[in-house]
Amino acid sequence: MTERFSDLMRRMARENKTAVASGAVILLMLLAAAFGPMMTPYGENDMDLMNRLAPPSAAHLLGTDEGGRDVLTRLLYGARISLLIGVAPALLSLAVGAALGMIAGYRGGFADTLIMRMADVTLAFPSMLLAMVLMYALGGGILNVFLTLTLVNWASVARVVRSRTLQLRDSEFVEAARISGVSGGRIVRRHILPNCLPTLLALFTLNIPATILTESGLSFLGLGVQPPFASWGLMINAGQQYLMTAPWLCFAPGLAIMMIVLAFNFLGNGLLDVLDPRRKKR
Amino acid sequence: MQNPKCGDGDWFAAGMAAAQPRGTQTLEVSGLTVALPTEKGEIRPVSDVSLRVAPGEIVGIVGESGCGKSMTARAVMGLIPAPGRIIAGSVRLAGREIAGLSEREKRAIRGSEISMIFQEPMSSLNPVMKVGWQVAEALRLHSDCTREEARTRTLAAFREVEIPEPEARLRQYPHQLSGGLRQRVMIAMAMICRPKLLIADEPTTALDVTVEAQILRLLERLREGGTSILLISHNLGVIARVCDRVYVMYAGRILEEAETTVLFDQPLHPYSRGLLRASLSLREGVEPLETIPGGVPNLLRLPAGCGFGPRCACRRSECDAAMPELRVVEAGHRVRCFH
Repeated sequence: MTERFSDLMRRMARENKTAVASGAVILLMLLAAAFGPMMTPYGENDMDLMNRLAPPSAAHLLGTDEGGRDVLTRLLYGARISLLIGVAPALLSLAVGAALGMIAGYRGGFADTLIMRMADVTLAFPSMLLAMVLMYALGGGILNVFLTLTLVNWASVARVVRSRTLQLRDSEFVEAARISGVSGGRIVRRHILPNCLPTLLALFTLNIPATILTESGLSFLGLGVQPPFASWGLMINAGQQYLMTAPWLCFAPGLAIMMIVLAFNFLGNGLLDVLDPRRKKR
Repeated sequence: MQNPKCGDGDWFAAGMAAAQPRGTQTLEVSGLTVALPTEKGEIRPVSDVSLRVAPGEIVGIVGESGCGKSMTARAVMGLIPAPGRIIAGSVRLAGREIAGLSEREKRAIRGSEISMIFQEPMSSLNPVMKVGWQVAEALRLHSDCTREEARTRTLAAFREVEIPEPEARLRQYPHQLSGGLRQRVMIAMAMICRPKLLIADEPTTALDVTVEAQILRLLERLREGGTSILLISHNLGVIARVCDRVYVMYAGRILEEAETTVLFDQPLHPYSRGLLRASLSLREGVEPLETIPGGVPNLLRLPAGCGFGPRCACRRSECDAAMPELRVVEAGHRVRCFH
C-alpha cells in the first residue's frame, strides 16, 4: 500500500463513475434526512382523518397513509431512523469486530481460538434468523436494535481484520517496532490499526446496507423499531394491507430502501476495488 | 529502569566507551544454544555460539544463508520467534546478564541499549506513518521527552545520518523516500536513544553499491562515537571494509574467529578458504569463479562429526567421528578444525 489515500480516492473517482454517483445519492439522502423534515408543512404524526389514503397530489406529493399522515414527511423522518440504524450499529460492529480481530490475530493461541470459534458460531446462523431470535429475546426499541445488529455483524469484520493482522504481524516494520521496545498493545494500536483502516472503511460502507436491510426486515415483522417512530421497514409493514388500494404506501419506502442499499453497495465495492490490490479489475 | 534525561543528541561525540569500566565487553555471548521444535524434530539453529564485541568495535558474522547468523542476532535481542527458545548459554550486555530477563525488562533494553537494523529498508518502516513520528517513537518510549524535545532530537538524528532537507523529510511517508534514505531513517531510528550495541543484519544487501559505501561510512562514524556494532553479512567485501574481527558461522556453529586482516590473509578452516575463493575479486583476472560443492546441511540430519565434513576437500576419518572443538591457533585466532 504505497499510494496515498487521496490518490486512491482520485483514482476511484476517475475509473468508477457508479461509485461517484452512489456517493452523490448517499449525500443527498443524508441532506434530506437532516433538513427535509424542516421543509415539509406537515408533522411526523399529524393525522388528517378526512384525507385518509389520498393518492399523490400537489398537497401530498407521495399521498397519505391510513391515518391521513403525509407519506413524504414520514419518509423523511424515517430516513433519520433508518440511516441512524444503518450507521450506528455498523460503526459499533466495526469497532467490536476490529478490536477482537486484532487481538485474535496478534495474540494467537487460546485468545485466537476462543474469538474465532465465537465468530464461527455467529456466522453459522442465517443473520436474519439470529437477529429475529435476539430481538424476540431482548424486546423492541431502538437500543435493542443497535445491540442486535452489532451482535449479528461483528463476526465477519473480526474475520477480515484478523487475517489482515496476521499479515501485518509478520511484517518487518512491526518487527522493527518490537526491536525499539514497543509493547504489544501499542503495536496493535499505533502500527496495525492504522494499516487496517482502508479495509475497515470498505467494510463499513458494505455493512451499512446490510444493517439497514436487517432493520427493515425486523421492523416489517414488528420486531424492530416500534411505532409511533417512523422507520422505512415499519412503513412498509403498515402499508402492506393497503397494497391493492394505496400502493404508494409501500412503494415509496421500498424504493428508498432499495436506493440507499444499492448506493452503499456500489460505493463499498468501488472502495474495495481501489483499496484492495487483489481485487484489481482483470 | 530509570529514564535517561533528554539531552542534545550528538551521539558521535558521546563516547559511550568512556562510561563503561575498562575491560568490560559491550556484548559477551557464551555457549548460546537456541532450540527450535519443528514437525520432524528439534533443530538447533544456533549451537554453542560464543562471541564478544568490545566497546567501539565492529565485529562481523559471515556465513551462507541459513547458517544461524540472523537467529543469533534475534537471540541477543530476545526476539526468537516462538516456539524457539534459548536452552543454554548467556548473553551479557555491558556485564549485565540479559538472556533470562522478563519480557517487560527486555522491552526496556530494546531500542535504548541494543538496537537493530535490517536488510529491507522498504518494508521496515510503517507505510502509513510519517517517518519523523516513527523515529521519535523509540525516544518517547525510553525517555521522558516532551513533544518539542523529541522533534528537536529527531531532527538532529536526521542531520547526523546525513539526510538532506531533514525538516521536510520528517513529515514525509516512507514511500516518498529512496532505499538509501530509508536505511538512513532506520539507522536514525535505531540510534536515537544512543544504544551501546547496534546489530546490523545485512544492512546494505538491498542497496546499490554507491549507497552501500555511504551506509558503511555512516556505520564507521557511529563506531568512532563509541557504539559497538555487530555486522551480519554474507558479503565478504562489506566485512573486509569495516570489520575489526570476524566470526565465520556454519550450520549454527562458529567455525573460525580471527581479526579481519588475519582471516583474509591466512584463513585456516577449509570453509573460510572456500568462502574467500568463492567471492569475486577483480585482481584475479578471468578465471572462472570457484564454488563450494554441495549445500547447507539439513539441521535435522547433521553429520555426527564436523558439520562441514561432507563438503570438505580435506576430510579425514577423524572428521566423521567427532565434532572438533574450537582450538586457539594464536591470540585472537581460533578455528574449529583438526587440521
